[in-house]
Amino acid sequence: MSGARRLVRDIAHARAGDKGNTSNVCVWAYNAADYPLLKEILTADRIRRAYPDLIRGSVERYEIEHLHGLNFVMREAVEGGVNASLNLDSHGKSWSYLILALPIELE
Amino acid sequence: MGTDAAFRIGTGAGFSADRLDPAIDLAQCGELDVMIIECLGERTLAFAHRDRKLDPTKGYNALLERRMRALLPVCREKGTVIITNMGAANPRAAAERTVAIARELGLAGMKIACVEGDEVTDLLEPDTPLMDEPGILGDISLPTVGANAYLGADAILPSLHAGADVVIGGRIADPSLAVAPLAYRFGWPPDDWKRLGAGTLVGHLLECGMQVTGGYFADPGHKDVPDLAYCGFPIAEVQQDGCAIITKLAKAGGCVTPATVKEQLLYEVHDPHSYLTPDVTADFSDVAVEPVGPDRVQVSNAFGRKRPERLKVTVGFEGGFLGEAGLSYAGANAQGRARLAADILEERMRNVHCVQGPIRIDLVGVNSLFASAGEKPSDTEDVRLRVAIRSPNREDAELMLWEVESLLCCGPAGGGGFRGTIVPSVVTRSVLIERERVRPTATMLVA
Repeated sequence: MSGARRLVRDIAHARAGDKGNTSNVCVWAYNAADYPLLKEILTADRIRRAYPDLIRGSVERYEIEHLHGLNFVMREAVEGGVNASLNLDSHGKSWSYLILALPIELE
Repeated sequence: MGTDAAFRIGTGAGFSADRLDPAIDLAQCGELDVMIIECLGERTLAFAHRDRKLDPTKGYNALLERRMRALLPVCREKGTVIITNMGAANPRAAAERTVAIARELGLAGMKIACVEGDEVTDLLEPDTPLMDEPGILGDISLPTVGANAYLGADAILPSLHAGADVVIGGRIADPSLAVAPLAYRFGWPPDDWKRLGAGTLVGHLLECGMQVTGGYFADPGHKDVPDLAYCGFPIAEVQQDGCAIITKLAKAGGCVTPATVKEQLLYEVHDPHSYLTPDVTADFSDVAVEPVGPDRVQVSNAFGRKRPERLKVTVGFEGGFLGEAGLSYAGANAQGRARLAADILEERMRNVHCVQGPIRIDLVGVNSLFASAGEKPSDTEDVRLRVAIRSPNREDAELMLWEVESLLCCGPAGGGGFRGTIVPSVVTRSVLIERERVRPTATMLVA
């Protein structure tokens, strides 16, 4: 598909978890060679700016260099948490796919 | 328990509703020293407290009966010790039920240990500060259903020393279910932080069951998992130093790869340098993940520092009711009809019934799970209107269901497939408690 924008999903996989109203998504580059690019494009600030109505608090990023992974800890990001959210996905299990949907090329 | 160099721990459940048949396979064929059955989350525990209030003989995992009936005979035959938090809000009733099942199955002499002391409601003061948020416990103006401290490996160890075949507790921290038998088997001192950190890594990788063997992972064409319908539960082959190989039964579906292990490594972990449990401050930041064979991944190099001085406590409160209802629209202009239905619903709930509280309306198929993350155009012609409400009053939820159902005749054209449910809700908060104030107990029951 010529012209199709490359997405984070094309170079990485991810998993979401929740604790209270905090969501964490860990993102792993499939190939070590793509890790520097992943690190460059997926900053904590970009994640926060991409979904400001969902992520109401801070975003911290932890780097696991040797395993080519990034862990994003997003506060106030589960619509109140599993016991308060009215979202069908009250755990935010699908949040990993929000990160994977971001384009690689910065606009 | 086995005397080989590697100590074999398998998972028999990674959450309250987990599958049973792969647990039976693993018990039969896994040559396990220990099977851990992890069935407790914050919500599960709060609901268990509610169950116990309604019936004092209940309040433990609803599948305990089925799990124990299937697993007790095979675990006894194989010499596998079962360690579980299926006791939830009523470990004593769970242990007594297990004894009764063992007797029915002719397993006389089986030793079933009951670990209690995690229920700390009476130890909490209203001025206790909330964890990770401003405010104090007294700010929550809802009836308390129960409060449980996270117990660690030290609560399980006396039962293992006493020769228990089954250890049943309530709010035992998930990784501690694995740390305890490792510390027991290898004689790890209670302040050997490095090895307790390594044991915690093993427990953390095992505690969610199939999440390390291919569950919660598959994405066809991107991340394929073979035979997911028959996915196997994980096995850890653990060495004396805490280094382990994560694997599964060869005949079972699923896969164990560096990718499945890495995703689970940081599942619900925040700072990888500092994963707090009752046993240790574990450090996963330098963990090595290496494939050493088909469906065999070695994990090593976990570290640990001194355990936290205070224990986490989950406090559960009555949370009113959650009502959910849906109605579907398909075909031409399905989105337009569903949006009209949404507008009618909103109008009538607010202005006819004067319901003030939170109501959420989604168009499933257009934008629902990601509705708060942003709008996205869709050309779907198959849409489900989905309405959710939380309220302290059941009546508000009943009104909402009634209004959605009335849309069948009173709303836009071609709406069908009404379903609605109302379930009781719970609210949880976390606080910290001084470790010394929590006194776990162990009682041995014999079948």
